[in-house]
Amino acid sequence: MSVTPLHLTDGAVAIGGRPVLRGIDLRVESGEFVALMGANGSGKTTLVRALTGLRPLTSGTVELFGTDLRHFHDWQRVGYVPQRLGAATGVPASVWEVVASGRLTRRRLLRPLSRADRSAIQDALEVVDLADRGRDGVSQLSGGQQQRVLIARALAGEPELLFLDEPTAGVDLPNQLALTAALGELASRGATIVLVAHELGPLAGLVGRAVVMRDGRVAYDGAPLADHQVHDPRFAETHLHHHHTDGHALRHDHSPHVASPLEGGR
Amino acid sequence: MLDIFSYPFMQRALLAAFFTGLAAPAVGTYIVQRRLALLGDGIGHVAVTGVALGLLTGIAPTWTAVTVAVLGAVLIEIIRERGHTNGDVALALLFYGGLAGGVLLTGLGGQSAARLQEYLFGSITTISVGDVWVTMAFAAVVILIGVGLAPQLFAVAQDEEFARVAGLNVRAYNLLVAVLAAVSVTIAMRTVGLLLVSALMVVPVATSQQLTRSFRTTLGAAMVLGMVASVGGLSLSALAPAGTRVAPGSTIVLLSLAGFVVTWPLGAWLRRRQLQRAPFPALPPDETATPHDAAQHDHDHGPACGHAAIPHGDHVDYVHDGHRHAPHEQHYDEH
Ligand SMILES: Nc1ncnc2c1ncn2[C@@H]1O[C@H](COP(=O)(O)OP(=O)(O)OP(=O)(O)O)[C@@H](O)[C@H]1O
Ligand SMILES: [Mg+2]
Ligand SMILES: [Zn+2]
Ligand SMILES: [Zn+2]
Ligand SMILES: [Zn+2]
Ligand SMILES: [Zn+2]
Repeated sequence: MSVTPLHLTDGAVAIGGRPVLRGIDLRVESGEFVALMGANGSGKTTLVRALTGLRPLTSGTVELFGTDLRHFHDWQRVGYVPQRLGAATGVPASVWEVVASGRLTRRRLLRPLSRADRSAIQDALEVVDLADRGRDGVSQLSGGQQQRVLIARALAGEPELLFLDEPTAGVDLPNQLALTAALGELASRGATIVLVAHELGPLAGLVGRAVVMRDGRVAYDGAPLADHQVHDPRFAETHLHHHHTDGHALRHDHSPHVASPLEGGR
Repeated sequence: MLDIFSYPFMQRALLAAFFTGLAAPAVGTYIVQRRLALLGDGIGHVAVTGVALGLLTGIAPTWTAVTVAVLGAVLIEIIRERGHTNGDVALALLFYGGLAGGVLLTGLGGQSAARLQEYLFGSITTISVGDVWVTMAFAAVVILIGVGLAPQLFAVAQDEEFARVAGLNVRAYNLLVAVLAAVSVTIAMRTVGLLLVSALMVVPVATSQQLTRSFRTTLGAAMVLGMVASVGGLSLSALAPAGTRVAPGSTIVLLSLAGFVVTWPLGAWLRRRQLQRAPFPALPPDETATPHDAAQHDHDHGPACGHAAIPHGDHVDYVHDGHRHAPHEQHYDEH
């Protein structure tokens, strides 16, 4: 049971040759609830993508449940809520269908949905308060409602290790409370949760550990911080020149942004 | 005139059209979902070289076409996956190369352009018994995979990154769709023809999504529409006046497009109606809104008054002229 769900050793990621994450060690034990925080562009999304295998590491190793990521196949234990829904596709898809795709990790090829699958999908829809919108097209929902669909999709898979990238951005307070209850329930069943957020809001009560990123490194790792502490100048990337006048800051983060829409994106 | 349907060649053509019409939209739905509507067109162009190779060497064109089409589809998918900035130019080069190569090879083989034309725009009279069997077998495979693996193929096309974290082999599924598209192109070349095959993959999908909100119904309806257009169009071309020859590809595609033109306004009307009928969220009414003067009405709103009646919590709102009104005592409240 107590196999470490997530272990990153000396992780580094470069995008298009430019180092984005450097020297990151992160070990998350079973049942932990970690808040990953930091300024815009500090590398939170990149870190989560590296941990889920979407972004290759340039050095270091990720182990999920004690298995090197490259040999990891037990994906039904992992859930992922991306920062935003990808571009709309060319064919309509209903809310129910998108949430049901979160159940794929647990389905075998060419088998119909089992009763357990259906009830997991229904429960996930109820948690995000979209049970009555199941038949509607996702593209007809508001941004916050779409975000809730993505959360339900991850919950439907009943993961043991759940990554959420700003799940509450654009979600109203009642629904944040509902999400808090759902994540609390998941956590009480022993799930491990890594959550990216700028403002924890009602989720703050669940968080047991905070990791703050700054400019691609871990700047703080320890007890949860109050929202205002995260914006401490030590962690903030912007406004650096107000606090440092030693010229060091001038070298900071002004490399030209070299990316065409199709380059480095995958 | 209807005698024509008793000829064996016509029955073979109808069978081929039936299966092709079901299979092409089954793949087409995934292609449209991934916004690659022209993929089928590209593969069709490449397959021209395959057909010409068959005519030149005397090997059955079906087999040379399917081989070249699959190779072309895999190549297109690789170029797409690499995401080269000039990917679309590379694809265009491939398309034109395929078409030009086909015309060149046909000429070198001493075949007439008419022979190639049968494959470009379809032909009723040239489908052999063997062709029908191959068509049926390939179509069955395409339909089984397209419907059977629908949950996986849907997830990959809907959100590639999520599918990857769900442990799906995204590259393999994408290649599978490309190969299925190539196979559909090949079987469709005998009825709609290589230059029009893409329409049978795309137009029924465009038509069905006018009326649907879910992926499954879009897929199912597109297959039915494709089958109707395919069989109907083929029959129409067979009924062309004596002395004329109408390639079935043209009638199939035009019939399919007619379906789209008819459904478009219907879809727009349905979407509007559905949007109007959706219940309003059951929030307590805003007391600060000014009540609506009953004198502005020439009638009392009611189930039969013709204005949209929309459930709102425990009562019904009536919508007219940009207002939402609920009856309250002697007047209407603005909600
Ligand atoms: N696809 C990409 N191509 C080029 N650079 C990228 C790409 N993705 C991220 N980066 C760079 O990596 C750095 C970290 O980005 P990341 O998205 O991880 O930040 P974040 O902490 O998630 O920010 P936010 O709070 O805005 O979500 C940024 O400097 C960004 O410019
Ligand atoms: Mg981010
Ligand atoms: Zn009225
Ligand atoms: Zn009302
Ligand atoms: Zn009124
Ligand atoms: Zn009133």
